[in-house]
Amino acid sequence: MATASVLGVFAHVDTTLQAIRDLRAKGFSDLTVYTPIPVEEIEHEVEKVRPLSAVRLFTLVGALTGTATGFFITIWTSLKWELVTGGKAPVSIPPFVIIAFELTILLGGLASALAILILGRLPRLKPSPTYDPRFSVDRFGVAVACPDDRIDAVQAVLSTAGAEEVRR
Amino acid sequence: MSTLPAPNAAATQATWADVNRDVIRTIGMPGEKYFAWMCLVALTLACGVAAWTWQIWVGIGAAGKRTPQMWAMYITTFVFWIGIGHAGTLISAVLYLFRARWRTSIYRGAEAMTVFAVMTAGLFPLIHAGRMWFAYWLMPYPNQRYLWPNFKSPLVWDVFAISTYLTISVVFFIVGLVPDIAALRDNATGIKRKIYAVLSLGWEGSDHQWRHYRRGYGLLAALATPLVLSVHSVVSFDFAMALVPGWHSTLFAPFFVDGAIFSGFAMVLVLILPMRYLFNWYPYITDRHLDAMAKLTLVTSLILTYFYTCEVFTAWYSGDHFERASVFAKASKQYAWAYWGMYFCNCLVPLVLLIRKARTNVVTLYVVSIFVLIGMWLERFNIIVPGLAHDFYPYTWGTYYPTVTDSAIIVGSFAWFFILFLGFIRVMPSLSIVEVKEVLPHPLKHAASHGGHP
Repeated sequence: MATASVLGVFAHVDTTLQAIRDLRAKGFSDLTVYTPIPVEEIEHEVEKVRPLSAVRLFTLVGALTGTATGFFITIWTSLKWELVTGGKAPVSIPPFVIIAFELTILLGGLASALAILILGRLPRLKPSPTYDPRFSVDRFGVAVACPDDRIDAVQAVLSTAGAEEVRR
Repeated sequence: MSTLPAPNAAATQATWADVNRDVIRTIGMPGEKYFAWMCLVALTLACGVAAWTWQIWVGIGAAGKRTPQMWAMYITTFVFWIGIGHAGTLISAVLYLFRARWRTSIYRGAEAMTVFAVMTAGLFPLIHAGRMWFAYWLMPYPNQRYLWPNFKSPLVWDVFAISTYLTISVVFFIVGLVPDIAALRDNATGIKRKIYAVLSLGWEGSDHQWRHYRRGYGLLAALATPLVLSVHSVVSFDFAMALVPGWHSTLFAPFFVDGAIFSGFAMVLVLILPMRYLFNWYPYITDRHLDAMAKLTLVTSLILTYFYTCEVFTAWYSGDHFERASVFAKASKQYAWAYWGMYFCNCLVPLVLLIRKARTNVVTLYVVSIFVLIGMWLERFNIIVPGLAHDFYPYTWGTYYPTVTDSAIIVGSFAWFFILFLGFIRVMPSLSIVEVKEVLPHPLKHAASHGGHP
């Protein structure tokens, strides 16, 4: 069946929240919510049905790679020429901790930034059809993907919840 | 300047749309005054570049470097700029994790300051090293005999610490900018819109984007927090690991970190106060913000005073002849002016901020900040130049005389910093649109049913 998308534009946090709840209750689950800033209440409502974001996995893998690289590069290179410098044994861990620490932060941070891009599907080359420039100012948007024959039902839910504007 | 709006004016006046309007109007064609300032800064920078060119041409001796004064003003200014670069990440990462809401109005400016200050600092190892075309030798790679850098050397730690700090600060800064650039894009037309569209990465603020963004931002803040504390500790190891009297101290890491935050806050005030006036940002940067920053400056000043006292006490209590002689020489020999100037600027002047009214008085804050910046430069000078001037043996003692060349390069470094900052505030939002909205009341239709948002 063909699917359509309906967009409701809201001016308030509470009406947006109401619309999300009502749509969920009616069985519409394919929602996209646009907000100018992250709003905790809306986030809480939307996140209920989702697993936790996987960004932290990227961070963990990146950070551990950094730690391992830091220790590997320092120990391995010290063993290539076993020179005693500064009266320390060729492999002396305390000074190497600093290199390992810095690389942990470096690769962990870069992996987190990469995760925001990969998981958030950025960069986005074309604007999505339901996006409205007002969503970066002070309006909230709820876009619903639904079968063609249920458009009226969705429009009714959005209007009842308090949408300023409903459009296809 | 005394007619400031009430501290919580922002909570009652500005709306979300106002924020967009007030930030967007700072971008675009600037006036004649702006160009006049830019010309002045560019001219100063040109003098600095000419001086550097001269130094490369005739050699590092042009900078007045003679044994034992091989670090002199370049490393002084290097440490100074790294220190300035501390407040930005402190405000954006540490205060973010502590949910200090007053940070939202100042953090973008402070972060820009951090990135530009570290970019300025990064020039100094190149300038200082003399043959700057061999700067890539700093990178960890093996030479033709497979000899790698000595990872036990504090100078190698420094390379890792500074480059990590620069990278993470830039990433943090850009990640924070993306949703704001999207807001600029939606307001712009023509070629500007296209540029902002590319820079915003097509950000739309959908729930799918925000959820990963928020997680990632929090994790970046969590990673940047220990980094802030580590960078200046590692810079301090450049000194503390050496045996020079006055340097060889376990006090140095916290002492440097505190000084860095202290000078960073002073620089934030120096930049934010004129911006508030010129851009008319009184609803966003209120007396409450000034008060909070003044308090942090005061606290870091008091801690620094404690460290100064400790330094003198440990030198005396150690019973070590050279430590005692070093402190005595600093306080009474050729560099005594720098020593007492440092005490005056960093310990006495900020005490004015104990008075409640002084903490919100723009002129007082500005003057105190300038004194702090001078004092913190003098502190680094005091560690490096008089430290090397008077070490173990009289035959290695020596006085350093600045030259026109190195002074011009140092003044030029300030011009480089300000040219970057002035350029930034005209093309990018220097107040965070997203974060300022977060602390304004959220639009609610039925306020009572929600119990209001804090």
